[in-house]
Order: sequence, then structure tokens, then C-alpha cells
Amino acid sequence: MVTKSLRKLALAAVVTASTITSAGMAWAADTIKVGVLHSLSGTMAISETTLKDTVLMMVEEQNKKGGLLGKQLEAVVVDPASNWPLFAEKTRELIEKEKVDVIFGCWTSVSRKSVLPVIEELNGLLFYPVQYEGEESSKNVFYTGAAPNQQAIPAVDYLMNDLEVKRWILAGTDYVYPRTTNKILEAYLIAKGVKKEDIMINYTPFGHSDWQSIVSDIKKFGSQGKKTAVVSTINGDANVPFYKELGNQNISSEDIPVVAFSVGEEELSGIDTKPLVGHLAAWNYFMSVEDPGNEAFINKWQAFIKSDQRVTNDPMEATYIGFEMWAKAVEKAKSVDTDAVEQAMIGVEVPNLTGGMAVMNKNHHLSKPVLIGEIQEDGQIETVWSTEGTVAGDAWSNFLPGSKDLISDWTAPTKCGNYNTKTKKCLAK
Amino acid sequence: MKFISLKKNLSLHLLYLILSMIFVSNVNAKNIVSIDASEQSTDVTQSSHAQLEKLIPQLQVKNFKKKIASVKQLADIKNPQNITILEALLDSRLYYQKADKSVVIIQKKDNQYEIFSPLDNSKIGLVEKKTIKKITTNNKLRKTIRTLLAQKKVSHTDLIIRQAALKEILTSSDASLLPVLQQAKTNESDDSQKELLTLAIALIEVDSKDRSTRLSAIKILGNSVFPRAKGKLEQVLMTNEQGSFIEQDKDIIKASQKALKRIDSKLSLFSNLETLFFGLSLGSVLLLAAIGLSITFGVMGVINMAHGELIMLGAYTTYLVQQAMPNDIGLSLIVAIPAAFIVSGLFGIAIERGVIRHLYGRPLETLLATFGISLLLQQMVRTLISAQNVPVITPSWLSGSLVFNPAFAITYNRIYIFFFALMVFASLMLILKKTSLGLQVRAVAQNRSMATAMGIKTQWVDSLTFGLGSGVAGVAGVALSQLTNVGPNLGQAYIIDSFMVVVFGGVENLWGTLVAAMTLGITNKFLEPWAGAVMSKIIVLIFLIIFIQKRPNGLFPQKGRSSGGH
Repeated sequence: MVTKSLRKLALAAVVTASTITSAGMAWAADTIKVGVLHSLSGTMAISETTLKDTVLMMVEEQNKKGGLLGKQLEAVVVDPASNWPLFAEKTRELIEKEKVDVIFGCWTSVSRKSVLPVIEELNGLLFYPVQYEGEESSKNVFYTGAAPNQQAIPAVDYLMNDLEVKRWILAGTDYVYPRTTNKILEAYLIAKGVKKEDIMINYTPFGHSDWQSIVSDIKKFGSQGKKTAVVSTINGDANVPFYKELGNQNISSEDIPVVAFSVGEEELSGIDTKPLVGHLAAWNYFMSVEDPGNEAFINKWQAFIKSDQRVTNDPMEATYIGFEMWAKAVEKAKSVDTDAVEQAMIGVEVPNLTGGMAVMNKNHHLSKPVLIGEIQEDGQIETVWSTEGTVAGDAWSNFLPGSKDLISDWTAPTKCGNYNTKTKKCLAK
Repeated sequence: MKFISLKKNLSLHLLYLILSMIFVSNVNAKNIVSIDASEQSTDVTQSSHAQLEKLIPQLQVKNFKKKIASVKQLADIKNPQNITILEALLDSRLYYQKADKSVVIIQKKDNQYEIFSPLDNSKIGLVEKKTIKKITTNNKLRKTIRTLLAQKKVSHTDLIIRQAALKEILTSSDASLLPVLQQAKTNESDDSQKELLTLAIALIEVDSKDRSTRLSAIKILGNSVFPRAKGKLEQVLMTNEQGSFIEQDKDIIKASQKALKRIDSKLSLFSNLETLFFGLSLGSVLLLAAIGLSITFGVMGVINMAHGELIMLGAYTTYLVQQAMPNDIGLSLIVAIPAAFIVSGLFGIAIERGVIRHLYGRPLETLLATFGISLLLQQMVRTLISAQNVPVITPSWLSGSLVFNPAFAITYNRIYIFFFALMVFASLMLILKKTSLGLQVRAVAQNRSMATAMGIKTQWVDSLTFGLGSGVAGVAGVALSQLTNVGPNLGQAYIIDSFMVVVFGGVENLWGTLVAAMTLGITNKFLEPWAGAVMSKIIVLIFLIIFIQKRPNGLFPQKGRSSGGH
């Protein structure tokens, strides 16, 4: 008797549990889940927290417009804590447990590389909003930041043609992004007829603060009568003592300009900008660009974050474009299914915030304008040069021997991220 | 304010005294003073006025190449008003009104802008920021303007303006300037200025057609360590693809080679001097970071993993002091020194009383506990202040550099920090050797039970010693706030280096710490040019590992509590 009633009880429990789960599932199906995979603690928190807020703002706005496909959006925020392997685990959690339909996330290349195998295995969808070194194209990733040909190469062109720079210092932090970018730049410069002895390459560790010898070397290298410039892939807060030391050793931006790829408005806010004034930054967006769309975006952001002191920057624009494109693609595909959205994404157009049109190309990279700006005393960057129209992002650099012949094309019939045009073969997996 | 300038002068005098033997005076390029009104001729001809009127609107074109061309034309107009316009453009004071696109010179007045006519400086009115827009400049345009202005000022009556102008010309002279420079040289009364003019002329005359002029110019260049002199000689000695000289004249080649050799030998001397100074400066930073640790770790035998965070607290104290007195940045730094000592010292005492006291003789537990404290302190500033780096402003007397000659200059902040480190070292030495506290500290370090038997309150001495070491770490934080970013992770960057220095120098010996810090600093800097920043650090670490294998007690081993064992 006792066992029987116990069994009944257990059965009842199972039934109740399963009803609750199915009820939960039914409720979950009513929303479209958007995963947010940005570090909210650790060293990258400074930059990535802003992007988390940007996605939340976009989700809130989309819901105000009535959501997507008649459903409300629901953001699922996780914290990978600037810990690269944790990025992979959190991706798995987002897709398998939380069942998100899309993920916006990652900042450093190493975190993206960590997420890549998981997102491909589980067939998820990742929007990556930061400028990076290229040499990658995955079916499951959309790269809304700049590839090297949308930032580094045009910056070098500007220095070469407009400032008539003849000698080059490629200075970077010692990790994958600067090393790959500098490899591409070195090959590009040599192809442009710059001699090897006119290129100096230097790497420093993360958080380097003793710049005196390096700046002294830069000074010596730059004082031989030929116009010299520094192309800086120095990342993070090491930039501050670097620019300070340049100022202390009396190197002005007019003598030896420094063009930086990792210094934006967010990094400039809250630091003493005096030593940086006049130096250059290359991005696809500046907060200072005068455009109605940009003005609306800035107002929206400052209202959302409840501070008119907060700035906007390039990765935020990339996040904005990525989100808008995803929303458009979902409506076009009438589904949130990865494969359907992935195909619908290609060719989607969304106005960018600098007065042009962003187009998602076959290789999952965007067409973007390139802007070169000079840093102002108030921490803003003022455009001094820009490309006429937009530049299509190139996943595989044309200046590296290994990737010269590769293209990425995710439309039928190629459907390949690294198709070799010479051997007519897809190298993938 | 008076106090700062007094302090500044005193310190400067000290420096000058030490370095006066090789000191050559130098003027900062930023000293360009605008030309006084008395000098501007009021006799403006009608035609130049018309030219101005025609050129001014062209300054607002977007294309920088066109802008540069307009600026050059503007400089050629014989009308003193053009200098005013060019200076306004250089200082970002040249705007245009959005309504009618007319160019104006602005002057900020409270929240509004006074606008003046660029034609005759007459006041037009008071406008809002929204109605005007800045005429943008870029690096190249600013450089062009500076050069153009310098040409006009190289014969100015004021020596300071002349010097600044010539300095500008020396960085970018072209052959068309030759008559201007020669004229300036004949009128020049100042000797050092005359010498520079000779150099500027020689830089042009190297390319002259006359052979003897060229030879004498080469000789002049050979005596200068000015970087462009070397560049120019290298240009003369350029080779074609086959490796033979493009220059045909054998004597010119020979003279140039000789001159280049002279320059090179001088340059290598200066570059070695510079590296030596860089080494000493890195050494002084290491010394500052490690000296507090050498007391807590060296004298007391406590492995304090939170030492770096005590440095960080000192740096944050500097920030807070600066926030409290934003109008006296120079003075705030001096106030921050005792403040940081007290803040970090009190934290140190609290750590000792609260945690370490219970763990004496258990190094592993101490290590773990203090590591926990270090995380706690980091999180504390993240929560209380900000997770982001905070800006610590550098006072003007700490920026810039002391220029001995064009090939050798050292930065002020490093000089100050070097002497500051030595001062901290000396005062710590005095405290330990000459005060009763120092005597008690040393007694406890050498033999605790004997010291207790003699009536010394060892617990009290322990707390004070730890407080002293921590306070010194705080003072180091003040100095480091001028060199590096002040953020929650500041301490992490220095903890390893500090332990390295103390272990290398031999525990409980301050002299060892000094020698070790300087040795590591200099070795690192001499390795850096050929090994790179990353590799040289690794090489130094390997060297240290081998060294510790051979001499486990460091450079200056001494018997004491920690080496005697508990």
C-alpha cells in the first residue's frame, strides 16, 4: 500500500514537473532570446560593459517597436569575466541551456577564437563588433568591425600620400592582433616600394609603462631627415604612458605623428588628453561626425545610460549596425533559425551613423567608410580624411602569401569561408 | 602658488648645479609669442587688403591640399594681418559663422564667443557656440604654418622668438630660405643663435653648386650632433643600385665620410649615456617599489603579497589629493607624499594587527592571506572609486625634458624620481640607523627573544615596522602615479619586480636593495635595444634564477631572523 501511494506520488510529481517545464517552454517560445557575451568584470570590462549596454538599449528599442515576428525580445546577459576559456563555456551555456537565437559578443581576438569551435559545433550565430586582424571567416560569425583593409591599410595610405611619410615604425602590443596586422602592413609597405631599413617593428608587453628607450629609439629613427610616422597597435592602457613619454621627449604630432587603431573616444574619456592632441586615430566612426542618424543615436544612448557625459565609439556603431541587420534579416527570413537568418543576412543594407549605407557582403564582412581623425583636447576625434565611399571588408589579406589566393563566399554554390581561387578548392575543415 | 615656484626654482637650481658642466641652454618650442601690436604696420596698402579679402574665404575649403596652398599664398601677402590670421588658425581660434560662411577669429568669453574680423581685428559681436564652426587643421597644415611663421620671425627683435623660429626652421629648411638666413646671421648678436644659423645655412649649402662652399658646409655639419646634419651627410653618401656613390666628386665623398664618422662616434657616446640614464631611472623605480618590501620582507620575514596594493593606495591617495585641490596641481603632489605615507602606513598596520600577527612563522599561510588582502584592496578601489583608470595630472615642472644637445636629452620626471628615490632611501637609512625605533627594529630582527628579554615590546615594534614599510610603499605610489596608469591593477605590475629586487639584493639589507635595483635597471636597459622589451625582461629573469641557484642569499647576505630560521 505504502509503496503504491509512494509510486503515485512520484508519478504526480513527474507529471507536475513536466507540465511546469512545458509551460516554461511555451512561455520561452513567445520571446526571441538575444545572448549578450561581453566581459563585465576583469581587464576588458572597461570596454565591453559599454557594448553590453548598447545591446540592451537596442533590445529595449526593438521591443518598443513591437519586437520581431510579433514576439518580444529578451536579452540574456552572461559574464565571461575576461577569461578566454570561459567565453567558450558561456557560449555553450547560452545556446544549449538558455536556447538563445543569436549572440552579440566578444572583444579581443583571443576570446573570439575561443568561442569559434563552440558556435560552429552548435550552429549558433555570433555578431562580433570589433576591428580585428582578419584571416578568418566562419559561417556562424558576422564581423561588423573593420578588417585590416578597412582600417590599417587606408591609414597607411593617408600617411603615405597626404603626410608624405617615408619611414615607418610599427609598434604594437605583443599578441595576435598587432602581430598579424603588422605582418600585413610590412608586406604592404614593401609592395609599395618602402625599403626594409625604413621600417622598424617593435613589440611590448601588455600594460608596458617604461617607454623611455623605445621613444628614444623612435626619435632617433625619425630624425634622419625623412618624414616618419608611428603606426600603433598598442592596446589598452599602455597607450597613456606611451603618449606621455612622447610629449616629455618633445616629439610633437607634427614631427612624428602616431596613428592608433585601438584608441577611441571611450579610451580617451577620463584620461589627460594633452599629450595626445594632434595624433591620429583610424576608425569607421567618430562621435564627432555630423549626421542626423548619429545625433539621434548619441541622444538615445545618453538618455538610456542616463548621463550626458558618456561617449559613443566605433565598436558601439558596429554593434548597432549588427543588431539592426540581424533584425532585418529575421524579418526577411520570417524565422530565427540560424541557417535561414545566415542566408538572409547577406546583402542586407542598414544606414550607418556617418551618413552612408552599411552592406553585409558574401564574406560576412561589412562595407564601411574609413575615417582618419586627429585627437582633440576634449577627447573627441575630428575627421581629417575619409574614403570617398565605402570599402568592402576583406576577410583574407591580399598582402600575405598564405591568404592571397583565398576568398570567402557564403552564398551558393561556393559556401566556403576559405576558398582557394587557384586550386578551386575549399580548405575548410 | 609662490610656494610651488619657490620649490620649483630650488629643485631646478639643484639640478643645474649638478649638471651645469655640460648644460647648454634650450628654449622650448612652445614659447612662440605672438607679435606685439606695436610692430604691426598700420600702413596697409589697398591691394594687400583686397588680396586678404580674397584669400580668407578660401581657408574654409575641406581639402587640406587646397588649404595649404591658400595658407602659403596668405603668408606671401605683404600685410602684417596675415600673421594674426595664421596664428589664429594654428591655435584653433579661426572659425566660420554657419549662417553666412564668413571667417572670424574667436575669443572665448564665459560660455559665449566674442568674434573678431580677420581683416582688421575689429569686434563683430558675441555669439553662441552653436552658430560657429572651427576651421579644421591637420598635422601637415600646422607644420606648414609654423614654418611660414618661423621664416617671418627669424629676424625678430626678441631673442626668445628668434630662437623658437630658428628651431622650427632647423627641422625643415628648404633652399629658398638661404638669403633670409644669411641676412639673419649678419644681424645676429647672440653667439649660440649665430652658431645655429651657421648650421642651418650649412644644411642648405651642402647642396650648393660651388665646390668649396660644399666642403666647408660638410665640415660644419661634421661638428654638429643635430640629427638632420647626419641625415644630410648620409644623403650625400647615397649609393645607387650597384653600390657605387651617386656623388662623383672624390673629395666631397671623403670629407663627408670623415664628418659622418665624427658624428657617429659622438652619437654613440651620447646614446650610451642615455641608456645609462634610462637604466638608472628604471632602477630608481624598482628601488622605490622594492624598498618598502625590503623592510617588511627583508627585516620582518613576512611575505606580503599585498605590497603592490599598498603602492596602489599611495597612487590613489595622490589622485584624491589632486581632486581635493584642483587649482594647485604642483603643490598637491607634495602634499600627497605625507598623505600617501599615512594612508598606506595605516592600512599596513591594520593588516599586520588584523592578519599577519596571527600568522608569524607560517609563511605559506601568510602568503595566502596577504594575497587575499591584495584582491580585497583591488576590489575596494574598484567599488569605491572606479573600475577604470583614474587620471592623475602631471604638473608642468614634471613634464618636458632637459636638453643637453640635440642628441642627448633626459626627461624631467625621470630626473626627479631618481633623486626622490635616493632621498627616500637615505631617510629610511637614517630612521633605521639613527633613531631608537630603528635600533629596536634591528634588535628584533636579529634576535627576537633576546630583544624581548631586554624589554622591547616586540609586538609594538612589529606593527610599526610593517607600518613603516607600507608607508614607504605608499610614497612609491605617489612617484609611480607620474609614470604609469593609476588603476586597480597598478600594484600587480610591480609586485614581481619588487620581490625580484629584494631577493637579488639579499634580504634585510637596504644597501643590497639599492645595488640590486640599479643593477637590474641598467642591465635591462642595455639589453633592451637589441633584445626588445619582452625578451630583455625574460633574460633578466633567467639570469636571476641562475644567480639565486648559486647564491641563495642574494648579493649581500646577512644573518638574522629570517635566515636563522624560526
